[in-house]
Amino acid sequence: MNHWIILPILLPALVAPMLVLAVRHDVALARVFSVASTVLLLGVAGGLLAMASGGEPQVYALGHWPPPFGIVLVLDRLSALMLLLTALLALWVLLFAIDGADARGRHFHALFQLQLMGVNGAFLTGDLFNLFVFFEVLLIASYGLMVHGGGAARLRAGVQYVAVNLVGSSLFLIAVGLIYGVTGTLNMADLAARVPMVPPGDQALLQTGALLLLLVFAVKAALVPVQFWLPGTYALAPAPVAALFAIMTKVGAYAILRVHGLIFGEGMGEAAHLIQDWLLPAALVTLATGMTGVLAARSLGQMVSFAVIGSMGTVMIPVALYTHQTLAAGLYYLVHSTLAAGALFLLVGLVAERRSGPGDRLVVAPAFAQSGLIAAFFFLAALAMAGLPPLSGFIGKLLILDAVREGEAAVWIWTGILVTSFLAIIGFARGGSTLFWKSTAQEGRLQAEPGADSGALSFVAVGGLLAGLLLWTALAGQVTPYLEATAHQLLDREGYVDTVLETPGRVIEEKGHGTH
Amino acid sequence: MELLVASAVGIMTAAGVYLVLRARTFPVVLGLALMTYGVNVFLFAMGRLTVNLPPVLTADAAGYTDPLPQALVLTAIVISFGMTAVVVVMALRAYLESDTDHVDLARSEPIEKADRP
Repeated sequence: MNHWIILPILLPALVAPMLVLAVRHDVALARVFSVASTVLLLGVAGGLLAMASGGEPQVYALGHWPPPFGIVLVLDRLSALMLLLTALLALWVLLFAIDGADARGRHFHALFQLQLMGVNGAFLTGDLFNLFVFFEVLLIASYGLMVHGGGAARLRAGVQYVAVNLVGSSLFLIAVGLIYGVTGTLNMADLAARVPMVPPGDQALLQTGALLLLLVFAVKAALVPVQFWLPGTYALAPAPVAALFAIMTKVGAYAILRVHGLIFGEGMGEAAHLIQDWLLPAALVTLATGMTGVLAARSLGQMVSFAVIGSMGTVMIPVALYTHQTLAAGLYYLVHSTLAAGALFLLVGLVAERRSGPGDRLVVAPAFAQSGLIAAFFFLAALAMAGLPPLSGFIGKLLILDAVREGEAAVWIWTGILVTSFLAIIGFARGGSTLFWKSTAQEGRLQAEPGADSGALSFVAVGGLLAGLLLWTALAGQVTPYLEATAHQLLDREGYVDTVLETPGRVIEEKGHGTH
Repeated sequence: MELLVASAVGIMTAAGVYLVLRARTFPVVLGLALMTYGVNVFLFAMGRLTVNLPPVLTADAAGYTDPLPQALVLTAIVISFGMTAVVVVMALRAYLESDTDHVDLARSEPIEKADRP
């Protein structure tokens, strides 16, 4: 058994309590341990990606219990890609945070590591109830991170965020209960094998469970009509936390890809294609809502939050269609939108900190420190987010448009993506010119917030994320074979089921022969 | 027994949903707690309702009660207990800092108070 697979969960799980117990009084030491752990995580994720690109999914049976009786972790191309993306985003966000933001409250680094543990676990697990547990791990860490630094408005937004997610967790449990009650299993591969055999009398229960699960994952992925919690939460969270949360919406998208693609996908009897009728319209409305919100936003934080909602709509369109070409294009756009959203949220933090008084509100005010450099970074990140050439947002949208060309809904998708891109361009141009351009005509200079101490490292962090975007653009040709192989693997449901259910079985058989 | 369990789940969930939709934090917290109770009983019932049967299948047993939902419920109880504690503490802090226990944010608030430390 390949023990490397569990390391992305174990490493932060061991570092987090150590940060709380041993080094909670020493910020410098906590920073060293946290960064070292995240760098290690990046290395492990890179190694796992190399392993996964070999082909077959790799199974890690916890406690050596053979599936479907024990919990399994499954490493395939998709989960390896998501692990690497998480580690990369986390490292840059952490570099931004150790430039001062982490010292404004307590236990930032421990919560950060627990959050990484939850996200990595959700990407790796092959068991539905275990997915629920990892969701709770990442959520409870995110509650702490969300209110990091305190403040009345932030705390009240935090209460809302917790309430929404607690209701989501209850729905998740109801869905898990329904699915277990009908099929008698929670292992994803075993579910995929049993769902086609569910008798017609139980179909209503099963499909209710499947749609409830979709609703839960849609809350995480901020799809309309359950997107309302996102702008308040992300705009009020501290900048590095909001940037890290850019991966959390993708956890929802990943869960829909994994669970509904595998268990309720093609060839699954009456439950097949259950979600497509719902997901594609939801994705299109999400796209329109998000990008209209970009136009209407009154602060930079809100603008970026709505752009995140819009980009989730764009990600979910190819997921809803679930064909080989659309999945590869969607995955390319998913990585791009995570990096772009991360960079934009960090920039919101830099702007708000330097404008004492107006903060990140979109009002004309005198110039602030380093506005030139921040404006240049914002220009690049906004170009990427809006999907203008030459950056990866353009390539991603082009790939999606090309992939859906022959489908029935092509007209809707083309219109949706093109019109909303235009809205996003106008929105970001308005925001940028209000914040950076018009300020040059104003008298005087804005002071920074008291306690604002972000320096060179913050700019390195934003620059790192933007460099990642440039690299993702430049290497678009080189990564496409990997993404296409990932799409192939996602569509190869039998391969997944056979690998998970049969390999350990063979091991037991061999053992049995050995003792005879 | 079926009627009793089913109506218990239904009433607890309905009361929970009603309370969650209130505008103040205390009823919302109570509602969340009631909802998780309803969900726990529901999850328990998903292993089928049986009385006086062993949790392990043996060769001569007439039937068995499914032990897995009981393990799931145990996990769910622990998690929901922890989550309720978190939401109580956060609601209390939010009330003390902003002098109001309304759940919803005022329209202008996110922008004006966003950047106060």
